[in-house]
Amino acid sequence: MATTALDQQRAHATAGHAEKSGLWSWLTTVDHKRVGILYGATAFFFFLLGGIEAILLRIQLGSPNSTFLSPDTYNQLFTMHGTTMIFLAIMPLSAMFFNFMIPLMIGARDVAFPRLNAFSYWVFLAGGLFLNSSFFFGAAPDQGWYGYANLTSRQYSPGMNVDFWTLGLQILGVASLAAAVNFFVTILNMRAPGMKLMRMPMFVWMSFITQVLLLLAFPVITVALILLMFDRFFGTHFFVPSAGGDPLLWQHLFWIFGHPEVYILILPAFGIISEVLPVFSRKPLFGYAAMVFSGAFIAFLGFGVWSHHMFTTGMGPIADTFFALTTMLIAIPTGVKIFNWLGTVWGGSIQYRVPMYFALGFIAMFIIGGLSGVMHSSPPADLQQNDTYFIVAHFHYVLFGGSIFGLTAGAYYWWPKMSGRMLDETLGKVHFWLMLIGFNLTFFPMHILGLNGMPRRVYTYPEGLGFETLNQVETVGSLILGLSFVVFLFNIFKTARGPRNAPADPWNGATLEWAIPSPPQEWNFAEVPAVHGRDPLWEAKRERGGPLPEPPRVSGEGIHLPNPSIWPLVAAVGLTGVMVGVMTLHIVGPWGVVVGLSILFFGVYNWAFEPAG
Amino acid sequence: MDAHASPATEHAHPKAAVYVKIGIILFVLTALEVGLYEFTYGEHAGAGGHALQPFFVPVLLLLSAIKFALVAMFYMHLKQDHRLFSGVFVFPLIIAIVVIMALIVLSAYHFAFARSG
Amino acid sequence: MSDHAHAMQLETSTGLDNRKLAIWTFIGSECLFFATLISNYLVHKQTWLSGPGPFPHERWTSPSGQAFEPIIEIPLVTMGTALLLFSSLFVVLALANAQRGNRNGLLVWLAATLFCGFFFVGMQVYEFTHFVHRGLTLKTNLFGASFFTLTGFHGTHVTLGVIWLLTLWIEAFRGKIPPAKSLNLEIAALYWHFVDVVWIVIFPVVYLIK
Repeated sequence: MATTALDQQRAHATAGHAEKSGLWSWLTTVDHKRVGILYGATAFFFFLLGGIEAILLRIQLGSPNSTFLSPDTYNQLFTMHGTTMIFLAIMPLSAMFFNFMIPLMIGARDVAFPRLNAFSYWVFLAGGLFLNSSFFFGAAPDQGWYGYANLTSRQYSPGMNVDFWTLGLQILGVASLAAAVNFFVTILNMRAPGMKLMRMPMFVWMSFITQVLLLLAFPVITVALILLMFDRFFGTHFFVPSAGGDPLLWQHLFWIFGHPEVYILILPAFGIISEVLPVFSRKPLFGYAAMVFSGAFIAFLGFGVWSHHMFTTGMGPIADTFFALTTMLIAIPTGVKIFNWLGTVWGGSIQYRVPMYFALGFIAMFIIGGLSGVMHSSPPADLQQNDTYFIVAHFHYVLFGGSIFGLTAGAYYWWPKMSGRMLDETLGKVHFWLMLIGFNLTFFPMHILGLNGMPRRVYTYPEGLGFETLNQVETVGSLILGLSFVVFLFNIFKTARGPRNAPADPWNGATLEWAIPSPPQEWNFAEVPAVHGRDPLWEAKRERGGPLPEPPRVSGEGIHLPNPSIWPLVAAVGLTGVMVGVMTLHIVGPWGVVVGLSILFFGVYNWAFEPAG
Repeated sequence: MDAHASPATEHAHPKAAVYVKIGIILFVLTALEVGLYEFTYGEHAGAGGHALQPFFVPVLLLLSAIKFALVAMFYMHLKQDHRLFSGVFVFPLIIAIVVIMALIVLSAYHFAFARSG
Repeated sequence: MSDHAHAMQLETSTGLDNRKLAIWTFIGSECLFFATLISNYLVHKQTWLSGPGPFPHERWTSPSGQAFEPIIEIPLVTMGTALLLFSSLFVVLALANAQRGNRNGLLVWLAATLFCGFFFVGMQVYEFTHFVHRGLTLKTNLFGASFFTLTGFHGTHVTLGVIWLLTLWIEAFRGKIPPAKSLNLEIAALYWHFVDVVWIVIFPVVYLIK
């Protein structure tokens, strides 16, 4: 077996910093790339779990008067499906890319707060486990992912289901806030010299705006969950109508969070598409500044539309009109983005590789989702659409057709960089077509069923209403969709056994992450790059008159890296302990909370006083 | 000796005397707030207090806003520091105020609407 | 003329210290946290007067004839408010001393801050206990629920601030806060000022506005 110069360099490279392995190195890692992989693997596991939940739902709905699932089990499955997909799949999949790619794309060696970053992952894992542990108690959350009051009151939901949901989401909220502070500061403060804000890759911009949304929206849901927790555990009456409380307040607070949350779910995917389309069209992104400002405008305006989720609650014509107008308005910057994406592809030299397939699929699916969204923005129309499958169609087109297609494009695009291996192109295309067909078969008929009156969140339906055929089609579609992910898994495992020989720049990329080896060495950049414009790698290749040489792996001597630390994990355990303590107040009194707080303080103090390295 | 190594330098922080003066102003403003309350609604409130009632809330909120701004600008050094810190604070503050006002309006309207319906 | 002691920092794109930017970011986020709690208080304020009592400013008689007197005590809370305001002054004086390298000044003013914070929490504990004795708990009515939740979370923030500043006082006592490390105190002080500023809003909204 011949060794190349590259192999020899790789052998030398390990001399300076030994590549860490073993469980302890993962538990104490503060390397943003490893944290990204942890996020990705965990999130993908939860995504598959949420998918299985969905398939079970579809089997139940595949025929009228089905008894495959009991009503109670059905309620738990659809609640967990929604909660899982939003909080345990899409958000952390985005976080995988924030973690792995943001420092690389801004030319940084690290994030601003490596331990806070690790902490956010461990807290996310804890929250996901806490939430799903409910299944083992036969008490998974069953109140719908919106948790509307006063169904969630102790009176109407006496079991532990809602408690798991309330406390689990609070744990997850801490993870999101910690990560948001970290990335907000990282993007502002850790950019390479010359990387002005208006030269940053669009994925970094969209991620930055997402962090701002996280910082502003999560405190609102935190308070809402606290109020609900107090109602359920401490006897307050915030949402109890008979005592003067207002269930509608829950809806307001939830949606003041919830609407920015959907932009949190889609903006990273927008960013990914804005990376993939230019590379695979061999053309710079059309209208960079307009993309930045429309993204910022969407985020800002996203705080002014929330009651469009409440058109059916009788807020009155003035409130209805106000929110209808703001909702219609927000379609404009979204439209700007779509036209700019089309403008990027138009006249380009299109490379039909797998990431491009998913990116183009994203555009088509997201447009459909956006159109149904605009239809909801009219209150009289929404009176018919709300709480029907028409809404289910809309949000799956934007969340799956949008976010998941976008995240999948990102996965194929950045896979070589993250793992050092190329995914198989043919299997990727099979994945795409199965996913596109399966997705549309599953969710397009829901528009029709919804307008024909099939309500949401019903565990079955009677014969003779005309719902049978389309439901069958949807169930078949969901199985095809599931199959597409089996193909993806097969692709991952098949290629995982191959050599780690992906080139640094397999796609002829424009941005800094393609300038370093695949996968990157721990310190990312042997030399911190100096940036002179957007698309720095295309500029470098233009100057050179050809492709850049494969970057060497270096020993990394003299490059300072932060020390690994166990304390983020310990602090995460403590925080979870506090929530478990609240859950068990009636069994062990305050002692669970006391133990949790003690561990939390112990972790935080050690974290604060250990040398950062 | 000034050790300004970074490009975004902080301007000189105020002397101690300035801090103390601000502290006294804050105390006086608080006394004004409480005095206004006693004058308008207190046990011994008279006709003057009664006349002041429609203005009470706006004046009180104005006094609080001034205290808020003084602590933010002088004690938290926003006046001297880089504008980014002010931006990072003021933007969420604006959203916060909008959220508070929206919820008050929506719930007031909701109750009025519910009762009249 | 005070020195500007810069904590050891790597060059950042904005020239601003990561940790200082982080605490401001956190403070911005906390604005929404307290805004939601304050909104909750104000929203429920519109409905609670139908009873049961007691209430902050109103005499209320139940249908069965039981009379409830107004429950808040302005003098006590005003004193607490003053304490918190002065604590902000004291902590910024402590910071100025830290930046100048005056360890004694730092210890004295930081201790003064801690006393104020400690007595503020004490005032709140006394007030809460007093209210409970007068028949107002979280469960009694919406005023109790909203009041205790809002001021309780604020008080928790104050308590955490006291613990943080106490930790720093011990560090300062051990000589571990030279001018180069004064940023550690500055960050805690910013948090402390924010907690004060939230009270500047809560005090009139809860106690002075009927």
